[in-house]
Amino acid sequence: MSLRRLFRSPEAVAGFVILGLLGAMALTAPLLFPGDPLAIAGQPLLRPFQDWALPLGTDRLGRDVLAGLFHGARTSLAVGLAAAAASILVGSVVGTVAGFAGGLVDEVLMRITDAFQTVPGFLLSLALVSVVGPSLSVVVAAIALSAWTGPARIARAEVLSIRERDYVASARVIGMHPIEIAFREVLPNALPPVLALSSVIVAAAILTEAALSFLGLGDPNRVTWGGMIAEGRAVLRSAPFLSVIPGIALVFSVLGVYLAGEGVVESTAAREGQA
Amino acid sequence: MSALLEVDGLSKRYRRGDRDFAALDGVSFSIAAGETLALVGPSGSGKSTVARILLRLVEPDAGSVRFAGEDLLVLRGAALRAVRPKLQMVFQDPLAAFNPRATVARLLDDPLRIHGIADRATRPKAIAALLERVGLSAELASRRVHEISGGQRQRVAIARAIATRPRLIVLDEAVASLDVLVRGDILRLLGELQAEEGIAYLFISHDLGAVRAIAHRIAIMDGGRIVEQGEAKAVIAAPASATGRALVAATPELPTIKETVS
Repeated sequence: MSLRRLFRSPEAVAGFVILGLLGAMALTAPLLFPGDPLAIAGQPLLRPFQDWALPLGTDRLGRDVLAGLFHGARTSLAVGLAAAAASILVGSVVGTVAGFAGGLVDEVLMRITDAFQTVPGFLLSLALVSVVGPSLSVVVAAIALSAWTGPARIARAEVLSIRERDYVASARVIGMHPIEIAFREVLPNALPPVLALSSVIVAAAILTEAALSFLGLGDPNRVTWGGMIAEGRAVLRSAPFLSVIPGIALVFSVLGVYLAGEGVVESTAAREGQA
Repeated sequence: MSALLEVDGLSKRYRRGDRDFAALDGVSFSIAAGETLALVGPSGSGKSTVARILLRLVEPDAGSVRFAGEDLLVLRGAALRAVRPKLQMVFQDPLAAFNPRATVARLLDDPLRIHGIADRATRPKAIAALLERVGLSAELASRRVHEISGGQRQRVAIARAIATRPRLIVLDEAVASLDVLVRGDILRLLGELQAEEGIAYLFISHDLGAVRAIAHRIAIMDGGRIVEQGEAKAVIAAPASATGRALVAATPELPTIKETVS
């Protein structure tokens, strides 16, 4: 029933179609393009639609652009989802502890959150990757490092209201340990508004990853769309397709994630409004 | 015999804006084992504050509470949780007092698990027995609280409260949200549990019909003080305080409820 409501909005449908396509690309990449996407596949700078073995052409070194696009979808989606999951996990735990414990613990945790929030997120990511070195897990950690503060604030606000509810009092009365109350009674009920943030975080994470790769700070062993755009920059005037194609892929995936996320949030909001 | 619960000189002030007012002002009473004391009074008279202080959900500014010979107000952490099983509470609105995500089984499993009353293997049986004890079918265990009726919810709340074999249950307006017939059933259930297990009740209510049916003694509160205290039927028949007379005058249905319960 809620699925029907979800698919009544054309934006949500478009979002899910794009996400579905991206997911299919990511999943089928190793089947359709089994070799190393960074290997040389043909003559360099082949334009799109010239050779049907290499439909989107090749870059300066003769690497298959279509294979890069498929494998890049894998990286983008993996980084986006992992960074969002890490941000929401860290953020909701910090927010729950701060809101539930209150007092000094709350003060300290929220000042730390402030500190992270005032530094521009991209600088933070850039600093971590350049110090620790570029690998996929470091990139995920670097993005999460700047993105966890939003979930932390929202979780805290939600916990502050939930901890005054009777069912928390009831859990105390039966003698439940405060840690169990925080993570079993309070946190699960505080999650829905935090999860509503996830689409925005995934979209931002995909963009941040692309930006890091564009600056040469992505995982060098993986194809990424940001890296492809950077690759094409040197020949931007003679072969613009090398930057434009991954750029379009990037725009569509961010748009898809955002529209799908909005659709989900709106359909659940409608359900609550009706109840 | 010394009292099960002795409350002495309980005071609590709340700040509202820049003005503070006394929610409780020197409240003293006692409850013997197996006895029901009704705490009645108009809204805002401080009844629920008393309940919340006894359950250590709110800290008083002054006064003492002795429960089963122990000073309740100095206990914290693990020592407080060790006393919890003996002192339970049923809230006014069972829907608000249960985690909306929990099933009936989980709500009843919590006290059994936390206090090691039944081990993992025997808990489902213990849960079924608790449900049966309060007159519910064991099939209800898999339902969520919003899927059962108000009367069933309050029975689940009672089952959760008796799971730890308490000596005192604070019933904070526990039957106020129920319709008259269901209210009679719940009062009858409470009476049975008291007769069989010797549980004492602090029955907080503004419903004199229910009070008369279940309470041995009554304490009438107004403005944060106890204005009258005595044997329940005698006080309801001839209240000495102005608040008591007003409450009796405002309760037209007095005789009928008594008959459904006796």
